Amino acid sequence: MNHLTEDDMVLHYYGEAGDLRSAQAHLAECEACRREFEELSAALQAMTGADVPERSDSYGAEVWARIQPQLDAPEVQPWTRRLAAFFTWPRLATAGALATLLVAAFVAGRYWVPPAAPPATPVRADATPAPAAVRERILLIAVGEHLDRSQMVLAELSNMDAAVPVDISAEQDWARDLVASNRLYRQAATRDGKTAVADVLDELERVLVDIANGPATASPADLERLRNRLETQGLSFRVRVLGSQIKKDASRPLAAPAPSTL
Amino acid sequence: MDASDLAVVARVRAGDHDAFRHLVERHSRSVFRLAYRLTGREEDADDIVQETFLKAFRQLARFESRSSFGTWLYRITVNCSHDLMRQRPRAGTRMSLDDPEQGASLQLADSSAAANPMRELTRRQIDQRVRAAMSELSAQERSAFVMRHYEGLSIEEIGRVLDLRTSAAKHSIFRAVKKLRRILEPVAGLES
Repeated sequence: MNHLTEDDMVLHYYGEAGDLRSAQAHLAECEACRREFEELSAALQAMTGADVPERSDSYGAEVWARIQPQLDAPEVQPWTRRLAAFFTWPRLATAGALATLLVAAFVAGRYWVPPAAPPATPVRADATPAPAAVRERILLIAVGEHLDRSQMVLAELSNMDAAVPVDISAEQDWARDLVASNRLYRQAATRDGKTAVADVLDELERVLVDIANGPATASPADLERLRNRLETQGLSFRVRVLGSQIKKDASRPLAAPAPSTL
Repeated sequence: MDASDLAVVARVRAGDHDAFRHLVERHSRSVFRLAYRLTGREEDADDIVQETFLKAFRQLARFESRSSFGTWLYRITVNCSHDLMRQRPRAGTRMSLDDPEQGASLQLADSSAAANPMRELTRRQIDQRVRAAMSELSAQERSAFVMRHYEGLSIEEIGRVLDLRTSAAKHSIFRAVKKLRRILEPVAGLES
């Protein structure tokens, strides 16, 4: 005989149990469940008496009198709300990435010694492209930041200790934003022949895409599956190692071009 | 959806703003009840009623006639209540089970209480504990429980109001009942 769980009893109490007759039949023949159900019912009935202050029949008319003059007035939002609405996660992430790039470009510029132009060659003012080393350095820093942010999303989801379904829509928005930049970095790494980096980014992208396109509410089983997937692939670990490696590379001073022996 | 609500909504959308009065008069008290259950404060509930109808009026173009106007209104009420609760420090909203200040409110004030003072005192003790217990629930749990227990909405409707899957709405109610039972255990059955 399967006893009723507390959840079954709650559904039964509110008349939401799918199989009403079978719950009733079980309660009729099982004393333990009947006693438990009576206790649950007593607790829920005790709450029913909690009073709500009375509002008279004219309450609706009073509310109407208060709101009617405001109906056609334009809605004014406080400046804090407008400001908060502007600073969404994707915008903050983009602003952070841009700020990092600016700092990186500044630092790289300080360490980079431009090669002396051959005296006989006329120099064109518009022909000063950034050297490949500086471009690569900027890319490294951006990828490092990207891996940090990705790691945060994965850690956030892996560490959710939920016994019930949880809302992960904020993490999904974040993942969605990361997918686009991940794709760019992966393509750049593939183009530059950096296979190890491209492989990690490729795996990371699959996980981010799945998170972004999954349901907004994750069940405990969904979260467990994600944890297992990350552990099996060792993805969190690889993202962390790659991120550290990239940061280390990016912090090395850029070598000045070898002086011309000519 | 209630046919008369739908007809009024159509009139308001067509520019007859005064018709909105019918919706306000019809739903004000239920919105107040829900807002009071969610916030636990009369003055907050009055503010929320006002804000709910203003928002409903301004967002009426977004209302889809597939759901009932009442359910849609509940959704706005819940959101307004959550906003207000977020702005308010949690410590200020939580009610103590043993607060002597709150105990003072248990004094018998009205004449009906004099007829059966013990019963009235017990009832008020339970009310106080229920309010304290409700303040221990998360916003989602409280909303789901209030709508199921006091307002009689089905779990499916609650899911629609809270923008949750039915299973998630169900679990919010289960969690709420577990917490409430734990807190109310000492007084359960006292009144009977």
